[in-house]
Amino acid sequence: MVVEMKQPFEKVVTEHSATVLRVCRAIVGPTDADDAWSETFLAAMRAYPELPADAKVEAWLVTIASRKAIDLLRARRRRATPVDELPEKASGEIAVTSASDVWMHVKDLPEKQRQVIAYHYLAGLPYADIAEILGGSSDAARRAASDGIATLRRHLTEAGSEGDTR
Amino acid sequence: MSANTGEPNVPAMFAPLTTIGPGVLEKLHVALEDAAGREGILDVAYRTIDTPVGTLLLAATERGLVRVAYDSEDHDVVLEGLATTLSPRILHAPRRLDTVAREIDEYFARRRTGFDVPLDFSLTTSFRRSVLEHLPQIAYGHTQSYADVARTVGNPKAARAVGSACATNPLPVVIPCHRVLRGDGTLGGYVGGPAAKTALLDLETAAA
Repeated sequence: MVVEMKQPFEKVVTEHSATVLRVCRAIVGPTDADDAWSETFLAAMRAYPELPADAKVEAWLVTIASRKAIDLLRARRRRATPVDELPEKASGEIAVTSASDVWMHVKDLPEKQRQVIAYHYLAGLPYADIAEILGGSSDAARRAASDGIATLRRHLTEAGSEGDTR
Repeated sequence: MSANTGEPNVPAMFAPLTTIGPGVLEKLHVALEDAAGREGILDVAYRTIDTPVGTLLLAATERGLVRVAYDSEDHDVVLEGLATTLSPRILHAPRRLDTVAREIDEYFARRRTGFDVPLDFSLTTSFRRSVLEHLPQIAYGHTQSYADVARTVGNPKAARAVGSACATNPLPVVIPCHRVLRGDGTLGGYVGGPAAKTALLDLETAAA
């Protein structure tokens, strides 16, 4: 019988810090991503002693990040006014102009497409794991990702060519 | 789809949004240390400190300093041990160790002869604890034999047990097990190795 050893939580933070931040930015945008990151790691640290030692830590963190990010988004929408449809002025120092440009298009994707893209392409999770997190089949997750990518590519290309002719 | 197109290069597409600037993760980490501390879930905080006897690992619970470890003990292994025996909720969070780090600096600069930070004896047994609690009473710059210490803690036949209490001292330097020598005056063992024990004794002799 092998006794599973649990790593100090610091190791979890060091290994997955950047990935979780990228996922948060893709789901809630540059302004709220820091809050989503903090809430994710705080909730994860609280629950860490009960996490089975053989759990897939990254998928677990991404699941928590997903919940926290969606909560933040919904809270944000409740506060939002019609003026909010304008491109967002990011207040955080992370939000350089180009980040808000990309986010402008990313935030218009359906929530599920945005999540699947973040989990697969930014966190590197296989579609089977994503299906477990979001429900549905891995084929559906794959389709959501490719639909989202297609839309995004079209928008980003249009935005790019507008810039060229300006 | 042809084989060479593969998956779209999405990370590149997202790069402006997902590129993480310098210092961003460090700032988030500090905020996490603070929030975890406030919420009472930072069970073990640690940092390292450079000293003349090498890099020391310092770890503290909410109750006090719980572990000081020499390089030779392998800090990663020590932290894994703390995760198993105390709690895996461990963060590199230097602030909780500020006072003890300053006192250790002063000790090595010969501006301090004793430590007055709260200690957490969770990592030792009750007999060993009674030995360890006695050791700070051996004056700075002085030594006692294992048998002397055994007599003082009321168990004259326990010299060997005193030896193992010293050998397993979770708080070396701060709990001065380096001041305990063999009955014949020779060095005896030390968790940080004989060179570190000699260095500490020399430091105290030179200052005293």
